[in-house]
Amino acid sequence: MAAETLRVVCYLNQFFGQLGGEDKAGVGPQVVDGAIGAARAVQQALGDAGTVVATVICGDNYAAEQAERATTELVALVAAARPDLLVAGPAFLAGRYGVACGALCAAAQAELKIPTVTGMHAENPGVELYRRQVYVVQTGAEATRMLPEVQRLVALGLKLARGEAIGAPAAHGYFARGVTRNIVAGANAADRAVAMLLDKLAGRAFTTEVPRPAFPPVAAPRLVKTLAGATIALVTDGGLVPRGNPDGIEALNATRYGAYSIEGKSSLDAAQYDNPHRGYDTTWVKQDPHRLVPVDVARELEQSGAIGKLHETIYSTVGVATTLAQSARMGREIAEKLRAAGVDAVILTST
Amino acid sequence: MTPVAVMVGANRIVSAAGIIHPLGSADLSPEDEKALRRRIVEQALQALRTEVAKPTVFGRE
Repeated sequence: MAAETLRVVCYLNQFFGQLGGEDKAGVGPQVVDGAIGAARAVQQALGDAGTVVATVICGDNYAAEQAERATTELVALVAAARPDLLVAGPAFLAGRYGVACGALCAAAQAELKIPTVTGMHAENPGVELYRRQVYVVQTGAEATRMLPEVQRLVALGLKLARGEAIGAPAAHGYFARGVTRNIVAGANAADRAVAMLLDKLAGRAFTTEVPRPAFPPVAAPRLVKTLAGATIALVTDGGLVPRGNPDGIEALNATRYGAYSIEGKSSLDAAQYDNPHRGYDTTWVKQDPHRLVPVDVARELEQSGAIGKLHETIYSTVGVATTLAQSARMGREIAEKLRAAGVDAVILTST
Repeated sequence: MTPVAVMVGANRIVSAAGIIHPLGSADLSPEDEKALRRRIVEQALQALRTEVAKPTVFGRE
């Protein structure tokens, strides 16, 4: 095996595949034998270590407008070339191209069981969408330094194809995949912290060991309807559950949430509820669940006509040590259900 | 916890009555406690109708 040269397939958009510019962005998936366009840089970077056996090309609009179909078709073209490695892009700051590269890499890994690598600028939307699944090498915004950028993609791709151990993101220049690995440090935490502080005080470069998660800004739509015409839902991350916790919502690091009906209830009977949340002392909200989810006053506001309607389902989870990814997923799912039910706005009570 | 809510980018934040009982207080009479809860909910409803461009805390005393 080791003596055989690696079979590599490249993925390019219509521009880097030399089909044309925006006028050709609608062209569907096609394949060319060997390396053309930007894939020549991949071949150059590979040297004797591998051969670009095929270049798969798809127009940016085709890939963006019918993403699932495009990915399926592209995976079939990649599979036909029987590659040991797929190199997609680099897409630089081109958004449609970056998303297409990420989607194809993720699908090829899953379906063809081959290693893949792609490259993008930090602000390419493909990075956030795919960096957890796919090795995405950080590149500049434009293709002005194509060969050195492609060399870094290929270096990482060769390690992946050979099954070699992959070092930390900073060592290879790829975007962190959210993977935590134990390593033996040269000095204990106190020594490292003091060294970092001294670097900071002296204005020297230093690198945090625990980067803070980035919270992208979320648009803040205003409730345009009058309150008297609006349906309001109550949601909580404070852990309200019916007695017996039927959905098995975890006491911390939750991955589940529950949907609980309050139809016909003007208040919550403490005897019917419980709270598995292990991030605060739940004594007081177990005594009176309204201290967490204000069904009593919300019902009164509904009856007096101050709000149009109180949504008959409460959504609840446990927000303690809950990962950003799980929170985002649960929030998205709950929001979709609320929207489908015609809810106009939400009051989310948090502890 | 409102600074955390601001940090993570929640857009409309109403300061409530505390972590262990955001919408109540065991120290108050049942009537006063419910009135407190009603004030917080009404403030939240008004916040929903208010235009904001960035994480905004409502109801700071």
